[in-house]
Amino acid sequence: MAQQTSAAAAVAESTAAAFPVARAARTRGPLRRPSRKLIELVVLLAPALALFTFFVLLPICVAAYYGLFNWSGYGPLSDFVGLHNYRLVLDDPVFRQSVLHNVMIAALSLVIQLPLSLGLALLLNRRMRGGTLLRLAVFAPYVLSEATTAVLWLLMLQPGGFVDQLFNAVGLGHEVKLWLADPSIVLYTLFVVITWKYIGFGIILLLAGLQGIPAELREAAAIDGASPWQVTRRITLPLLGPTIRIWVFLSMIGSLQLFDIVWIMTVGGPANASSTMVTYMIENGFRSLEFGYGSAVAVILFIISFVFALLYQRFALRRDTAGALTRAVG
Amino acid sequence: MRGTRKYAAAAFAAAAALALAACSSSSASSPSSGGGKGAKGSVTLTWWNNATANPLKSVYLSVITTFHASHPNVNITDVPIQNEQFPTKMPLALQSNSPPDIFQQWGGGQEATQIKSGKLENLTSMASNLISALGPAAAGWQVDGQQYGIPYDLHMVGFWYRKDLFAKAGIKTTPTTMPQLNADVIKLKAAGIAPIAVGSKDRWPDAFYWDYFAVRECSIATLKNAVKAVSANYPCFAKAGNDLKVFMATKPFQVGFLGTPAQVGAGSSAGLVANGKAAMELQGDWDPGVMSALTSNKKALDQIGWFPFPAVPGAAGSPSALLGGGDGFSCTTTAPEPACVDFLTYLDSPSVQEKLVAAADVGLPANPAASPALTLPAEKQILQLSQQASYVQNYFDIAYPTNVGQALDNAVADYFAGQGTPQGIVTAIDQAASQQ
Repeated sequence: MAQQTSAAAAVAESTAAAFPVARAARTRGPLRRPSRKLIELVVLLAPALALFTFFVLLPICVAAYYGLFNWSGYGPLSDFVGLHNYRLVLDDPVFRQSVLHNVMIAALSLVIQLPLSLGLALLLNRRMRGGTLLRLAVFAPYVLSEATTAVLWLLMLQPGGFVDQLFNAVGLGHEVKLWLADPSIVLYTLFVVITWKYIGFGIILLLAGLQGIPAELREAAAIDGASPWQVTRRITLPLLGPTIRIWVFLSMIGSLQLFDIVWIMTVGGPANASSTMVTYMIENGFRSLEFGYGSAVAVILFIISFVFALLYQRFALRRDTAGALTRAVG
Repeated sequence: MRGTRKYAAAAFAAAAALALAACSSSSASSPSSGGGKGAKGSVTLTWWNNATANPLKSVYLSVITTFHASHPNVNITDVPIQNEQFPTKMPLALQSNSPPDIFQQWGGGQEATQIKSGKLENLTSMASNLISALGPAAAGWQVDGQQYGIPYDLHMVGFWYRKDLFAKAGIKTTPTTMPQLNADVIKLKAAGIAPIAVGSKDRWPDAFYWDYFAVRECSIATLKNAVKAVSANYPCFAKAGNDLKVFMATKPFQVGFLGTPAQVGAGSSAGLVANGKAAMELQGDWDPGVMSALTSNKKALDQIGWFPFPAVPGAAGSPSALLGGGDGFSCTTTAPEPACVDFLTYLDSPSVQEKLVAAADVGLPANPAASPALTLPAEKQILQLSQQASYVQNYFDIAYPTNVGQALDNAVADYFAGQGTPQGIVTAIDQAASQQ
């Protein structure tokens, strides 16, 4: 029987090799047994699962474990403090402030970046002279590394730097602020830099989404007498929904994990006015050599991101992923 | 941390941004040959140092060559690492089975924390001759009387100032007391000059002020006790905080100082002084080296002078005490001996020390025998003062354990940004110490 099966499998293999299309039909054939499906699953999934367990799940568990100790990073884990670190983190006003900053960046992204990239994407989606060049231009900042972006803006934003000169040149000299040195402004300055950096990504994503909307639908609407505004409002935007929801998801997660640009430009300062959860973690974990405490921060950051991701998947992305996920699972 | 010399902004930025990535990859990239014996009994030592840029980098390479010539069976692999990466790289390296054989060491509480890993070689008996030759300079790298690191240079903090800007503001002599300094600040402002540049973005330059006020207010015995007990809960530290408050009230710093870096770019505090945009800066003796890289005017350094931190009238501390530190190296327990100690001894030999001082501008030599190699008049002045100093207090953020030092830097920086009280700095230190 076993031989028979393997012979059948060999036939199936050779057939599949010769006619790739035929394979799908063949594998659903009566010769297949449940055990074979199991083996297939194990063989195909095991490597990925092992990697995921080893490099993602295990480190998370280890971090959660480290978080239970008062540990400088040197010597053995011996000073067990239970949930003390977690309590300290949540009690620290600086950490709460950092969470607030993350939330503010996320909210600003939603309110400002989304309409901005949507508008630009709609504009760039038209056929026009130099359209490709314009698309290239808006996407260019995204290609730069975070570090390069941060250094670039750091130079432009220093007192008397390019930005100040620009303000002076257009007669807005009185509006010049201490962009990075004023605790009440610095977070907004950083948001502008972040927007400059990531707007290109949003636009490309939305442009790809727009390309996926059949032109016939819009044409049909136009023939039915819909104004361009109505076409955009009733046809384009609803069909762009999945793309927008994905953008929101990526943007929110990015906002929660914001680090590089902030770290290079302000190190979270002045006086924690631009700290984020991750700069807080680096500051109080790595720089202070309190790895137990830092791990606790990391776990809290993970939980916040994870809960957000789950809720978002459950309530916002459900419709978009319904087909793909339910079929795969069922 | 203070030995930082000229480094490119981009390199720093990349390093900072990739701190996490870099340290996670360090275990993979650190040569496993560390401490391994090669063919014919020869050994190879990996040497983690912060000389990422010339001239120090090339001096180190030539030192390796000459050392190899006199010790043919010892090879040294130079691994320059960006200064700011050491605090994150070292914990990981010292937990691995292949730590570097020799690594950058600033002594103090950081070294004491590292010793907990059990991977630092006790050099007390092996390097006894060298230690006695260095004299009091070696003390900063001792923990409980045991030597775990050897310095190759020493640093002192004081005010660097522009002679031309002082003259422009009608200041004839450098201030020796705080009231005089405050008066000079007013004169400089009246002349339209930013009196003092400070790199508050980096936080540690802020701490220099609080540190120095503490050195002025506290007796030497109290300073020693405070470091030993990891506490700042002494009345003189509270007084230091008040001195800082009085000083800050004169608003002596440049516009936007909270966002100014200390050493990166022409807009940094060192760059502002180098380019004549600010009159003074409280910094380490390495500052002229940083400045010369940040200005295109090569004659700018001719205008730079130095004076010690002014006396505080009525303060109980010794007026001749200085704030300082230095750079050194530690050997790990996996390092082949005596090769490692031999190399550290060689670094402190007069010929290498002269090279470090004259060609690489590292600061004051750890070995006093090399002091004739100092060229700048200001450096000679600092050396002379350091030899006459009643006491040299290691920067508190280095002297205290790392987490306490960071808490100190952050609390002072917050106060500079207008948050908290002077007493809050003392509280922050003791709170961090209680979490030790």
